[in-house]
Amino acid sequence: MDALIDVRSLCFRYDDGTVALDGVDFQLYPGETVAIFGANGSGKTTFVLHLNGLLMGGGAITICGNAVNKQNLSRVREKVGVVFQDSEMQLFMPTVLEDVAFGPLNLGLSREEASERALEALKQVGMSGCAARAPYHLSAGEKKRVAVAGILAMRPEILVLDEPTTFLDPPGQRSLIELFESLPQAKILVTHDVECARALAHRAVFFEKGRIRGEGSVEDIVARFNWDRTVIRRPTSSRH
Amino acid sequence: MHHVVLDRWGCGLSPVHRRDPRAKMLAALIFLVALATSHQSYLAVSAVYFALLVTAIFAAGLPPAAVLRRAALVLPFSLVFAAMSVASGDTTRAISLVVKSYLSALVVLVLVSTTPLPQLLGGLERTAVPRFLLLVVQFLYRYLFVISEEAQHMRAAAAAKGGSMGRVISRRRHFGAAAGAVGVLFARSYARAEAIHLAMLARGFAGHFRPLAKSSFRKLDAAFLAGAVAAIVLLRAAIEAWT
Ligand SMILES: Nc1ncnc2c1ncn2[C@@H]1O[C@H](COP(=O)(O)OP(=O)(O)O)[C@@H](O)[C@H]1O
Ligand SMILES: [Mg+2]
Repeated sequence: MDALIDVRSLCFRYDDGTVALDGVDFQLYPGETVAIFGANGSGKTTFVLHLNGLLMGGGAITICGNAVNKQNLSRVREKVGVVFQDSEMQLFMPTVLEDVAFGPLNLGLSREEASERALEALKQVGMSGCAARAPYHLSAGEKKRVAVAGILAMRPEILVLDEPTTFLDPPGQRSLIELFESLPQAKILVTHDVECARALAHRAVFFEKGRIRGEGSVEDIVARFNWDRTVIRRPTSSRH
Repeated sequence: MHHVVLDRWGCGLSPVHRRDPRAKMLAALIFLVALATSHQSYLAVSAVYFALLVTAIFAAGLPPAAVLRRAALVLPFSLVFAAMSVASGDTTRAISLVVKSYLSALVVLVLVSTTPLPQLLGGLERTAVPRFLLLVVQFLYRYLFVISEEAQHMRAAAAAKGGSMGRVISRRRHFGAAAGAVGVLFARSYARAEAIHLAMLARGFAGHFRPLAKSSFRKLDAAFLAGAVAAIVLLRAAIEAWT
């Protein structure tokens, strides 16, 4: 089976000299969800920014058979939908509907098609009632859903979710996980949230200092890198 | 609340908000030209134009006091030039400068507070305005609302630590701290504006705002434009004929 995303020897250094990616090889196959774990600063977001050509480093990336380069940018951005960590930065239009229609309009769809797609995407994320509202009046969970709708309206084949559950309360996290479960696309899920990865991911990779240090099932990776916040309490006699 | 007030005003649904951005821009442009070129009876013309703008503000449902106050932001600049005119013995010119600059600021403010920026830019794109200029305006827009938001966050953070930005900045011995805060503000705002730009690119943005709302120029827009132009031109002509 051909990989949807094929990354070979990806390297990237920021202008200030920070080496953020140092030889990453990665594949995503149709229908699967891969969790990306790793400490803060290990290069996860930098990696994500390469998947739709927002950053371009050394090495090679192929998305659904298209090399990521200047000529293919619009095709690649149509295939890979990235939901960024901070939804505040994804919502910039005056109303929710206009915001969600922003991507489809950029794809060259007519106003009618764009607004149809936007309404459909809003329905998919359970936000139909908010089409006419201003995005900055929404709660964090609602903003995230609208940001996801803005991506879904472009009908991408691949969803990349960068720490999607971060700013949400537990019920908000749960319902977002349920939403992602219901979406058929192949997904890359960058997260610190092991529960979220357990619920959604078929396998996981572990980033460290710009490289992939391990690959396996979510449980394998969590055990191997001690990637869990459960505190093991030693029994003490003096406590009551 | 965490947003630039213009953006909030721009989202209204009044008849003025609903007019085609091109009709409003053209009316504002004619207003500016008529104002700038009125000489002998400019004071009477200005008074009548002021009344026109106040009518527009009420029709648009904008908060009048807040709008009038915001337009006064240009006054410090025009007062400097006015002072130079007074110094060279030309008081009439000084007064005319102040009055005209205030009214010009007010008409532009009414325009932008009744037209969401993406719509305004969409309207501008279909005129002869150079694309480079549009990109600059887009960037400023992103940047401005981000700065105001970051400033609010920082003010909240300062308050949480028992300080206040105002107090920090007003005390001279804290000037260093204030300058530092402003530096941080700009650095953070820049980073955020960049992040927003990336998010726009990720959704296929290629430099054009394509508004969702159909801005076909309707009969109502033509009527609005005709009415506005007639008021602007005829009122001035009437005043000039009369004096
Ligand atoms: N714009 C930038 N300029 C310079 N260095 C950066 C920039 N963004 C991230 N970095 C650095 O690159 C490394 C990887 O960052 P990032 O990809 O954001 O990590 P993660 O998402 O895993 O937390 C970090 O050392 C970070 O400090
Ligand atoms: Mg990150």
